[in-house]
Amino acid sequence: MNITWTRRRTALSRFWRDYRRQRAGLYGAAILIAAVALALLTPLVTDPAGMDVTRATGAKMAAPSLDFPLGTDESGRSVLLMTLWGSRVSLLIGFMSALLSMTIGTVTGIAAGHFRGWTSAVLLRITDWFLVLPSLVLALVLAAILGGGTSTIILAIGVTSWASTARLIRAQTLSVEARPYIERSRALGAGHWHIMTRHVLPNVAPLVLANTTLQVASAIVAESTLAFLGADSGKVSWGGMLRGSYDWGAATSGAWWYVLAPGLCIVAVVMAFTLCGRALEAVLNPRLRGVSR
Amino acid sequence: MTAPSEVDPGTPFDVEPAGPAGPGGERGARRTVLRYALAKAGGAVLSIGMVIVATFFLFRLIPGDPAIAYTRDVPLDPAQLDRLRHQMGLDKPLMQQFLDFVGRTLTLDLGTSYEYKRPVADLIAERVGPTLVLVGTGLVIAVSLGLWQGTRAAWKHGSRFDRFSTGLSLVLWSVPTFWLGLLLLMVFAAGVGPIPGIFPTRGMEDVDAPDGPLYLLHVAHHLVLPCLTLVAVVYAQYLLVMRSSLLDEIGQDYVTTARAKGLRDDQVRRRHAVPNALLPTVTLVFIHIGFVVGGAVSVETVYSWPGLGLLFYEAIQGPDFAVMQGTFMVVCTAVIVMNTLADVAYHVLDPRVRSA
Repeated sequence: MNITWTRRRTALSRFWRDYRRQRAGLYGAAILIAAVALALLTPLVTDPAGMDVTRATGAKMAAPSLDFPLGTDESGRSVLLMTLWGSRVSLLIGFMSALLSMTIGTVTGIAAGHFRGWTSAVLLRITDWFLVLPSLVLALVLAAILGGGTSTIILAIGVTSWASTARLIRAQTLSVEARPYIERSRALGAGHWHIMTRHVLPNVAPLVLANTTLQVASAIVAESTLAFLGADSGKVSWGGMLRGSYDWGAATSGAWWYVLAPGLCIVAVVMAFTLCGRALEAVLNPRLRGVSR
Repeated sequence: MTAPSEVDPGTPFDVEPAGPAGPGGERGARRTVLRYALAKAGGAVLSIGMVIVATFFLFRLIPGDPAIAYTRDVPLDPAQLDRLRHQMGLDKPLMQQFLDFVGRTLTLDLGTSYEYKRPVADLIAERVGPTLVLVGTGLVIAVSLGLWQGTRAAWKHGSRFDRFSTGLSLVLWSVPTFWLGLLLLMVFAAGVGPIPGIFPTRGMEDVDAPDGPLYLLHVAHHLVLPCLTLVAVVYAQYLLVMRSSLLDEIGQDYVTTARAKGLRDDQVRRRHAVPNALLPTVTLVFIHIGFVVGGAVSVETVYSWPGLGLLFYEAIQGPDFAVMQGTFMVVCTAVIVMNTLADVAYHVLDPRVRSA
């Protein structure tokens, strides 16, 4: 076992000790683990045939009963089953688009902070442009133009939500690059690539982690909103279910189960991600520790 | 969507240190402000230019022939189709098409709707009013409520009120706007169990809308639920921003000084801490205007409020790319202009930024 690994292990156990103190973060993590486990187990414990409109067995828009604990939708499918399968689509799109957004944001942020002059100015202008524009409207336009599909939705959300990350990472990069050891390594002949990947990236990584967690939360909200407004991936997601409930007029005709089930799932998962993200931030950013924020 | 405001990357725009405050004094300061305003206006023009360029190239990515899309798949013989393509300028080289597009856009000719066969600019003009009513009312309520509650929460931070406020804004932030709209629709417009619905479910006015002053009341009655939804989602952000901004001020020396002078707690808050905390908050209010616009699309869709957001939503369902394109450009331009105004106002109002 070499020395770096021992150091990393102690750092990790220290991190866990600090994180454990964040009660809200623990609740968030518990909800998340449960949600991801359910999403992964769904294909093993349920029959996808129930998702097929033509083979649905229930009555149309039936209230919750023993056979259908969360009632049925307009074509007689079990809302519980749809919610379980929908979690897979919502979580997948949430994770993937957050990943895409974080990658673009981190690369742009580090580059904008590291380089001077033109590169930085152009990158900053593009970042500000994306920051100011209404991202939901832009994502809707992208999804409408590129046509449906899971990857389109991931792209539309990822491409429109990276700007605040880039800002954050740039600020952090600037403060890292002002430290003397960067100057030392530059004097020893380190190039741009070496400084950015070996010195800046490890230093901003914790921030990226905390921010990704928060980003997943907003990506899931964005996905559900896009699906509700008609830009869906073609598969049943929580937002798509709510869209179905709206088209059918579930909210005004008293079919509360169809509105509540997917909506509460979105809120629970999004809150869990937000709580985890805030807990991570509190642990990784000691400046926040004293003040109760 | 933006992340909760506390993780906002500080000031979302550059605070450029103005040159050394030389002997120029007041006049020098004014000139700096003017130069700053001009630079920002230039930036805004550039941003709007980027919107136009991006729009042109984005909407050329649409698969299929725009002429066929325009006819809505009504079969045409090749000669008719060619004539239509010529009318739409599709037979010209790309560069020429681009220049034509820029020229038309600058003269506010936004094309013809596929759906309505009417100028997009007219459609947009008809829909601006309702959106302004909804977003304007919503913003005024959200800002006043958010600032008030944020101030109270920060001043007594750690108190029950503070924990309640932070918790509430976390929950509201996690709730998708449209779902909150559906919930309110379910409870207050459709009614739950024995409780009847007390608000209309859709639109801005009914066919039997009364005339005169009663008309305002009629619209206000329709406005309650959409406005409530928008406020709930937006005000949480302002609350959090105001709270963290005031928390930053509370630790400052001048607040301690004000207390040491023997000022009452109330005076320290109202006369010293809040004005300083207000400036960054007010700017963030404008920075978040893009988020508000996104919220307005959802809200207008859920309640069929006849504004720009609903027009945009209908264009997506069509799809009516001409309307989508026009609405997109108009909304983006409005957001950029608002932001720039806020940015310059901030610079004028806050001397700390100028002489940093």
